[in-house]
Order: sequence, then C-alpha cells, then structure tokens
Amino acid sequence: MLKVHINKQLFHYDLEVDFTATSEIIVLFGPSGSGKTTILNSIAGLCQPDSGEISLNDQLFYGDKNGSLPTRERNIGYLFQDYALFPHMTVEKNIRYGVKKKGTELNLILEKLLDVLGIRHLLSKYPHQVSGGEKQRVALARALATEPSILLLDEPLSALDSETRTECQNELIRLHELWKIPFIIVTHDMDEAKKLGDRILFLEKGTIIKTTACNR
Amino acid sequence: MTNGDYTPLLLSLKVAAISTSIVFVAGVFFAYLFAKKQFFGKSIIESFFMLPLVLPPTVVGFGLLVLFGKKGWIGSWLIEWFDFQVVFTWIGAVIASIVVSFPLMYQSAVAAFESLDKKFENVARTMGASEWRVFWTVAFPLAWPGLLAGLVLSFARGLGEFGATLMLAGYIPGKTDTIPMAIYFAVESGQMEKATFWVIIIVALGFSTIMWLNWWSKRNMRRFSNDVKRR
Repeated sequence: MLKVHINKQLFHYDLEVDFTATSEIIVLFGPSGSGKTTILNSIAGLCQPDSGEISLNDQLFYGDKNGSLPTRERNIGYLFQDYALFPHMTVEKNIRYGVKKKGTELNLILEKLLDVLGIRHLLSKYPHQVSGGEKQRVALARALATEPSILLLDEPLSALDSETRTECQNELIRLHELWKIPFIIVTHDMDEAKKLGDRILFLEKGTIIKTTACNR
Repeated sequence: MTNGDYTPLLLSLKVAAISTSIVFVAGVFFAYLFAKKQFFGKSIIESFFMLPLVLPPTVVGFGLLVLFGKKGWIGSWLIEWFDFQVVFTWIGAVIASIVVSFPLMYQSAVAAFESLDKKFENVARTMGASEWRVFWTVAFPLAWPGLLAGLVLSFARGLGEFGATLMLAGYIPGKTDTIPMAIYFAVESGQMEKATFWVIIIVALGFSTIMWLNWWSKRNMRRFSNDVKRR
C-alpha cells in the first residue's frame, strides 16, 4: 500500500496532501499548477517534501527522521508527459534499459510486454521514427519492464489525438488489470479521470478538496 | 624548405593531442559537476577557469613560469622529488596548451550539459540507474555534439598556442619547436619560405578541423536533435 502524507512550500501556496492507495488507479485531478506533478515527483524522489512521510509496502521512501531514499532504490515506474524516451537508443534498448533480470526470466517479461502492447515491430526503430501513440506504448513497456511496485503517470495521454487517446485509455485499464499495482495518474481532463480512475482526488492549490470513488 | 625536418608538425600534433585529452577529461568532469550543483564560490571558480581566455598569453606564460619555474611552487617540488624540470621541455608546451584551451572545453561542455532535458536523466534514475550509469549512458551521449565541438576547438587552440608556450617551453629546435614557434623564428631569421610552408600547414589543419566539425554537427543535428532539445 502506498501512503503519502507530505507538506511542501511551493511558490504560491503550501502543498499539503494525505492519501493512501492500494492496487488501484488513483487519479490526481486539478488545474495546472495545483501540485499534481509535485506529488508524483515526491513519490519518485525527484523532489523532496519539506516534511511528512511517504512509504510503499513498508518501504519508507521519505521520512522526517530517515531522510529520502534515492530514486533508483524506490522501484517505481514513471511515465513522463512527453515520454522521455532516450533519443539515442532504439526502442529495444529503451525497453531493456532498467531491466535487471537476465535469461529466461527477462525474456518472459519482455515477451509479455511486447505482446500486450503490440510493439514488437518497433524494436529496431528510434523514438523519432515512431508515432505518438507508439511512443506512449514503448514508454509504458519501458516503465513496466523493471517490474515496478507502483506506476506514476504524468498526463500520459495529453500529447495524443482523441482517437489514439481512447485506445490508450483502454490499454491502461487493461495493463492495470494484468499488473495489479497502484497506478497514480495525473490529468486535468474530467472524462479521462472518470474513465480511468477507481478514485479521483480533486486538487486545488495543493490541497485535496474532494475524493470521489468511481465505478468503471 | 624544411630540409626534411617535420619535427614542428609532429611535436605540434603530439602536444595538441596530449593536452586535448587531458583538457577533455577535466573539462567534462568539472562541467558536469558544476552544471548540476550550485554552491558558494562557484562563480569565482568559473571566472578563474575562464581567465586564460581574456588574459594576454604572455601573462598566462608568466603565471606558469612562476608556478613551474625552478623556484616556483610546483617546479621546485617537482625537481626536489622527481628530479624533473618542466621549463624548456615539450611537457611545458603541453601544460601551456592545457591552460589556454581548458576554457574552450569547459564552456562548450557546460553549455552542452545545461541544455540537456533533465527528464532523460530522471527517467534513468527511476529505472534504477546509478549516477555513474546515468552519466555514461544518458548525459554523455546526449551532450556529445557539444562535447565534440569543445574537443575540436581545444585541439585547434592547442595546435596554435604560441605566447604562453614560448615563455614556459622556450624555442629549442628539435625539442620545443611547435609550428607557431617555427613560423615566428623562421620570420625572425629571414627564412620566409620556411615560414610560408608552416603557415600553409597550420591554416590547412585549422580549416579542415572546422570544416569537419561543421559537417559533423549538421549531420548529427538531423539525426535526433528534435528529441534532445529542451522542451
């Protein structure tokens, strides 16, 4: 279970959030600048809260007394808004980048990802040679190939056209059913939030003003 | 013209190659460190790094003599412990070359690392990469076009270094006579043909270096620049 209880002083307001997540899809919904990405970055260890506690399955990510666990030791998957695929590596090298397992075990994970996401034909291509929707799938494969305990997604569908977007939303739900780990998704699209989320946390100026459970 | 003596060319290439290798490693190391971290006194250290770019070469040479001369801080220590003298040797030319070309490498490398989108490094960290791996597999290859520009400029600068080299290494034919040195002393002794020959050689070297760099940069930019530039 993910537990987040953090305070952080931002430029215009104080971020103060407290929530938990089991193996469900949590959507952080709110206008730009409401602190959504800061929460994701705090969970990932890319920025530090001023105080509070973040833990996942009894592993302390951040604590007032213990300090911060380095990002590389958190075992998280993070899908950035523009995917951040390494432009100098092929799709295959991108996907294999964070994989620690070797041999048969590695092949099983990769085969499963390539089949589920349908990206086998892209392996030898470079990121600039694939479309937006394909980039998103490759980035998902790369994030999941490390077998993370949690997946963080920062506006994962914002760069896509509406048709590809619907396809990818369905794919995210399908992946979540297969992987069964907490997905924390940031979005400012209400329809998307309703479609994807088991729970929606409404954020405004760094505070959760409402929590809604959804029936997908 | 040169009576078959190509020592200046070989010596210049040797000095420039050695100094560029050292400058590249040091420049990349400090640039990566300084591009990531903010600390007290950073701008003072950076100003010190860039100083040889604005100082007359004779002043740089004077400073190096003070440091590496027989009674200099480092020079006296080297003689005492290793019985080794820098002044009037080709090593002196390498040291002069390092000092004058370091700012060019440092400047290019800082610009290259600062213009990198930090997301690439962050995404590598989220996948469990150590800082060493992040550097070698992400930051270094993505910054390579800028680093290469610094490398080539440093090499060209090292090849053409004159003032500081003259003060530290002197002009000893067969030992410290780099091409710029050979040109100066050929003109001084009225051997205009010899001077012209070396001028043509060094102009050709410099021109082809810059031409190659331009060609390479354009080719590389077409490859993946759209993905690398800061969004």
